[in-house]
Amino acid sequence: MNFVIPDFYPAAAELFVAAMSFVILLVGTFKQSARHFVYTLTQITLVGAAAITWQTMDGQVNFTFSNMYVDDLMGDVLKLMLYLSVAAVLVYSRGYMNDRKMETTEYYLLAIYATLGMMVMISANHFLTIYLGLELLSLALYAMVALERDSARATEAAMKYFVLGALASGLLLYGISMIYGATGTLEISNVAQAIYHQAGNRTVLMFGLVFVVAGLAFKLGVVPFHMWIPDVYQGAPAAITLFIASAPKLAAFAMAMRLLVNGLFELAEQWQSMLMFLAVLSIVLGNLAAIAQTNIKRMLGYSGISHMGFMLLGLMSGVVGGDRHFALNAYSSSMFYVIAYVLMSLASFGVILLMSRAGFEAEALDDFKGLNKRSSWFAGVMAMVMFSMAGIPFFIGFFAKFSVLQAVVAAGYIWLAILAVIMSLIGAFYYLRVVKIMYFDEPADNTPIGATLDMRVLLSLNGLAIAVLGLLPQSLMTWCAYSLLGSL
Amino acid sequence: MTGIPFLSLAIWVPIVGGLLALATGSDRNASVARFVALFFALAGLAVSIPLYTGFDVSTSAMQFVEAYQWIPRFNINYVLGVDGISVLFVLLNSFITVIVVVAGWEVIQEKVSQYMAGFLIMSGLINGIFSALDGVLFYVFFEASLIPLFIIIGVWGGPNRVYAAIKFFLYTLAGSLLMLVALLYLFMESGGSFSILDWHQLKLGMDAQTLIFWAFLASFAVKVPMFPVHTWLPDAHVEAPTGGSIVLAAIGLKLGAYGFLRFSLPIAPDASQAFAPMMITLSLIAVIYIGFVALVQTDMKKLVAYSSISHMGFVTLGFFIFNPLGVEGALVQMISHGFVSGAMFACIGVLYDRMHSRQIADYGGVVNVMPKFAALFMLFSMANSGLPATSGFVGEFMVALGAVQYNFWIGFAAATTLIVGAAYTLWMYKRVVFGAITNHHVSELTDINNREFVFLAILAVCVLVMGIYPYPITEVMHASVNDLLKHVFVSKL
Repeated sequence: MNFVIPDFYPAAAELFVAAMSFVILLVGTFKQSARHFVYTLTQITLVGAAAITWQTMDGQVNFTFSNMYVDDLMGDVLKLMLYLSVAAVLVYSRGYMNDRKMETTEYYLLAIYATLGMMVMISANHFLTIYLGLELLSLALYAMVALERDSARATEAAMKYFVLGALASGLLLYGISMIYGATGTLEISNVAQAIYHQAGNRTVLMFGLVFVVAGLAFKLGVVPFHMWIPDVYQGAPAAITLFIASAPKLAAFAMAMRLLVNGLFELAEQWQSMLMFLAVLSIVLGNLAAIAQTNIKRMLGYSGISHMGFMLLGLMSGVVGGDRHFALNAYSSSMFYVIAYVLMSLASFGVILLMSRAGFEAEALDDFKGLNKRSSWFAGVMAMVMFSMAGIPFFIGFFAKFSVLQAVVAAGYIWLAILAVIMSLIGAFYYLRVVKIMYFDEPADNTPIGATLDMRVLLSLNGLAIAVLGLLPQSLMTWCAYSLLGSL
Repeated sequence: MTGIPFLSLAIWVPIVGGLLALATGSDRNASVARFVALFFALAGLAVSIPLYTGFDVSTSAMQFVEAYQWIPRFNINYVLGVDGISVLFVLLNSFITVIVVVAGWEVIQEKVSQYMAGFLIMSGLINGIFSALDGVLFYVFFEASLIPLFIIIGVWGGPNRVYAAIKFFLYTLAGSLLMLVALLYLFMESGGSFSILDWHQLKLGMDAQTLIFWAFLASFAVKVPMFPVHTWLPDAHVEAPTGGSIVLAAIGLKLGAYGFLRFSLPIAPDASQAFAPMMITLSLIAVIYIGFVALVQTDMKKLVAYSSISHMGFVTLGFFIFNPLGVEGALVQMISHGFVSGAMFACIGVLYDRMHSRQIADYGGVVNVMPKFAALFMLFSMANSGLPATSGFVGEFMVALGAVQYNFWIGFAAATTLIVGAAYTLWMYKRVVFGAITNHHVSELTDINNREFVFLAILAVCVLVMGIYPYPITEVMHASVNDLLKHVFVSKL
């Protein structure tokens, strides 16, 4: 028996993060008081991982670990966004967690493990690798939601998340097993080959596809697998909601690309019709339900559902009547959308965290009353985010919607584009309501807004990024298209 | 061409000025914000003037063209240019911005920097709308210009401002989102071009033209506004602060009408002709029915708002009778209405600042205490009712003449409503200005100060000059209008 040492190079960033997680664990265990140090170490880990990913980004597709793992440009770009968003989450959440005595080693450690899980998901080239990454992410998230031990609401949210999440994992695993049964392999490119050569039982394969899509839909949080989103978003501490609402969307997008596009592309016509169903339901229900919300976290939860529905619109426009000509355009529009959404989500929850302070959660929409009078700059940032989410130019959200709609129209689904814009109009109402509350109402509470300098700076940059990328979206769009080129 | 990018300057000078005004921050620096705003409004006007003086009236081609790549991924370009149809509106908009800044000088005391910034940024965006030659660029300016007005109505507006602001925003957004789908459809049909001029040449079947026509109609009809989607306008006008009303009436309403000329007519000419009877009917309903609605208003601002809808009915009527007299008359009417309605709202603002009431019944006998004001207000009321030698007459007369050429009865119907226009405007004027003073607050009114006199007098001069000698305006639009109409009569089927 000969033992081949695998090529570690393509997974260097993951190995670095894993090694650093042990360092953080040890430091945290032996130096209980070293919270700042742990925080710094965590940020260093993310920066280091970013440096490694940047260094190894060569545009080549490298497989390793017996083809279970892949390093390609799409993965690299998504990972860089991932580090950025996790780092931003940590900056935004630090004060909040500290105020609530939750800024512990565990928090940072769980964040690092969740990051690692997402990296594995992004770079997986094997159904089981995806599953492992997903579970690492999910377990970390369940624990993070429950970090606020004494809060009944958080515990309930964690329980709900866990039970439904376990169910979804089960569905996904069941689907994977069927695909294995039909094709005899779990390696993504081999699965694609097998389906191409008409191997296996079609019925079993279709069943497997349905379960895989269901599991994926749960992770994305699209209707009808969205039940956990509103409760978890509302119940979890705001900092954790911020985490859940940002980076995992990138990983879920990568998972969709790996599973559906790389693995099951031959079945595109089938899964596209499923995604269309999910997308339409999500856009309709997400936007309608968001109107009725008075809790801003819950409202953003429903808005997130509709945004993920929009993202799916891009994924379902790739193949038209067997013609794959549109695929790159469609998938890159989705990728652009998901990155835009993560930026907007970070900024919106960032403002919520900014407004919260010890003993006070800025959760109700009314807590934002008259924000313009209290801090016109951050009211401006929040207004930009809201207009961006509503898809008003010159903000990034407009071009995100624009590119997805363009893909939808190019695929010939004019009615779907019309439905989507009508629902965006309904969506505009509740985003406008936030602007209305901030600008038109008198403040009910005049406590000055206190936040650390790094948070203020980063949040301002985040807001500016939404505006600047809305003015000049070309480079990010090109990056999305270019990075997907190698994966198709 | 000199090479100075005047159009870009007309767009970005006010926007930069707005951002600078915004940067002055709190109300402690209010006077700095005012002067920054005034400076950049004047600068915006100054860079717009060469567009007129350097304009070549002999051609219908786009002038002052600037073209840069913006988003090559979707072949979206930053292409600007003006022809005889759009150049006047850039000028009008830059001019009105100065008026608005001056009109809000002392009146606005809260969040001055944001108020001034809102108007300047909006001014730049609107110049962008009139000069964009790329579909997406147009759309982006078109949508983005909603944000400042939304904030202006909502923050500085009247008691029911929140309702009015949200209604305004959602109504206009509803229309423009459908236009976005139409733009994407045209992008696909034209093989990947967002150039408006390319679309003018694009062959389209009748079904496609019909869809596109309706999608654009949804957007522009709301913006004009045409009957029956006009209901947001009275609300928005009544609640908006004076400056907001002036911009909305003088410029905001012109955007929709401009859209018809730039998009609907040349891109879908066959559908435009097919639906012309419907458009003419809706226009006549606006002119006649809304004229009567204006007659019964008790609120001055509402009255002028309804009168605006009625006047805009003339404009759409002029477009859809497809003859040079009609279209040019409609364009003249748009410019004239910009001055007149802006001035009417400014006059009402002058009264409102003193009395905090817009109810006609609260006034009476204003002439006794405000003679200078009464004289100017008289002139604008006359112009609003279409008195010869004022600008209001020229456009309405040309449209009526064009309509008679098209069909005698349509022309007849449109012309008789001039009487209704005179009735509601002059009756309001009589009740507000003449008669005995019945309300003791009126007797305490002071006449307009120098600042108010200056901007009203400038508007008065514009109204008179345009009424007496409109040739400099019609001369500019002649070539472009003829070219447009030639285009409309060439079938694309």
